Amino acid sequence: MTETLVPALDPAAGRPGLSRLADDDLELLLLIRHFELELLRLYGRGELNGTTHTCLGQEYVPVALRPLLGPADFVFSNHRGHGHYLARFGDAHGLLAEIMGREGAVCGGVGGSQHVHRDGYLSTGVQGESLPVAAGVALHLRRTGPGALACVYIGDGTWGEGAVYEALNLAALWRLPLLVVVENNGIAQSTPTASQMAGTVAGRAAAFGIAHRLVVSADVNEIRRELEPAVARVREGRPLVVEFVTHRLGPHSKGDDTRSPQAIRAAQENDWYGRYAHDHPEHFHRFDGPARARVRGVADEVAARPPSRWSPCA
Amino acid sequence: MRVAENLNAALHGLLDDDPTAYVLGEDVLDPYGGAFKITKGLSTRFPDRVITTPISEGALTGVAAGLALTGNTAVAEIMFGDFVTLAFDQLCNFAAKSVSMYGSRLPLRMVVRCPTGGGRGYGPTHSQSLQKHFVGVPGLALYEMSPFHDNREVFAAMVDRGEPCLFFEDKVLYTRPMGQADPLFEVRRDGGLAVVDPAVPDLAGRPDCVIVAPGGTAHRALGAMRSLLLQEEISCRLLVPSRLYPLDAEALLPYLGPVVVVAEESTPGGTWGGEVAHRIHQRAWDRLRGPVRLVCSKASVIPTAAHLEREVLVTESAIHHAVREALRG
Repeated sequence: MTETLVPALDPAAGRPGLSRLADDDLELLLLIRHFELELLRLYGRGELNGTTHTCLGQEYVPVALRPLLGPADFVFSNHRGHGHYLARFGDAHGLLAEIMGREGAVCGGVGGSQHVHRDGYLSTGVQGESLPVAAGVALHLRRTGPGALACVYIGDGTWGEGAVYEALNLAALWRLPLLVVVENNGIAQSTPTASQMAGTVAGRAAAFGIAHRLVVSADVNEIRRELEPAVARVREGRPLVVEFVTHRLGPHSKGDDTRSPQAIRAAQENDWYGRYAHDHPEHFHRFDGPARARVRGVADEVAARPPSRWSPCA
Repeated sequence: MRVAENLNAALHGLLDDDPTAYVLGEDVLDPYGGAFKITKGLSTRFPDRVITTPISEGALTGVAAGLALTGNTAVAEIMFGDFVTLAFDQLCNFAAKSVSMYGSRLPLRMVVRCPTGGGRGYGPTHSQSLQKHFVGVPGLALYEMSPFHDNREVFAAMVDRGEPCLFFEDKVLYTRPMGQADPLFEVRRDGGLAVVDPAVPDLAGRPDCVIVAPGGTAHRALGAMRSLLLQEEISCRLLVPSRLYPLDAEALLPYLGPVVVVAEESTPGGTWGGEVAHRIHQRAWDRLRGPVRLVCSKASVIPTAAHLEREVLVTESAIHHAVREALRG
């Protein structure tokens, strides 16, 4: 059941090279990267309320999936969802306003970083909770909009929740167009996957007779090419678990990284950002500075807005 | 017509009238038709929209929420209301929150049915009345089945709310008749409130005591009203709201008197009755002779053996005594 996408190593660099990206893919990757960095900067300056979970290092996952998902598809995101949202809507202003509680916020500043809803997109802050809901949405889509799917982003830690298994059972049983995207970054908050998961994600998918793809590559073009036929099969009612072996570059939320320096260094060495800068310096630098400047501009503009308004009993 | 038949007809009517309506739950398909036969005939008539699920209360409630999220009307059956604890996250953290946590109102037409209560010897984990655990969750409304409220109407009200509703169905009502059979009393409706008064007009006007009870306890309250009237010449009025939460306290006010008792099957502590009492105290304190008195079951698990179960659950005679005590008060 499991197919693995492991790229060939580049003998010179000792790791696989990244293929050249389309401009819009690179722009989107950099938008997400600088958005997340900007958030950490704003937190550092005490300009944000509450908490946030950045997807630094994982940006390529939703960017690779972006053209594989259509407007009729429903995307469920989680606590680490800024990249998912930006890949779907490109709306940095609305998301930052949501996180900062400013006018123009996607959800009036009520949901904040991890509770966002917009056409065909919803994120929630409780692990595993979205899977049964996504199964319900997939059931609806199968009956009313054949060819559309429900896509759920979860992490490796999410597999500790029973809701995941109840939903996978339904997905297989009812042949639901359900795409489960696992961003396995090897760590659940502060707990390494090896300390919280017996067996494997592949084994768990196999237990339900659900196809599983393991993606080790961080090459957007390659991932997209490989996953396209598999995602097309999901639309025919064959649920799929795609597991990305990815790396969380930053802390779980902010300033709470207890990993060893070696573990953090390993994540940094796998970071697509540095690798792409190395492999395609001209392309990278042409877009990186402008992306940073654009995000800073968004932050300045949004920070200057008046507070969002909302009535609790509306 | 028995209450179960009325409820079954309500579900048939809902599926008939609303092409987006779904009914899902464990063992709901024909020929079984649900553990209490409430879904009988539905899957034969609406095979595409009546869905049997695995024993996964959390997931089936989540699926109902997903169907509601995409514009459908979803009715989920929890086989025994005790198991709704397994769906607490989906109800409290997903469905109820989703109505408002995304900044603008996101309507969800969703009802979770909970066969509730004891008196049938099902023991500690199949007999509870868990209403109180769901009181006070914004975006989550609680209704209770009663012999005085047509279930089709109640379902219409729940669906129209556009937010998740829990519907508590006291299992002992299923086999009881709809309406009121005791000629000593008359029932009238004022919106969602059923008002039961002695049939003799002189007694109806100024009841000695007003009893507030949810649908499942109503017949026990009526039994107490009968014995109080015949044995002690105490006249009572019974108020049965269809919606338990949010409670429409204003609707109760015109019917209250100086002595009020709330009767329910819950265990004591943090109860629905406590909420009712508080709301009445806020609005009608100066009209009361004393604080609203609460009658509940005992603070105990619900035993299986009939003689032990009777000792624990709220009874007709407990309500009778509570009213007498309140009047002596």
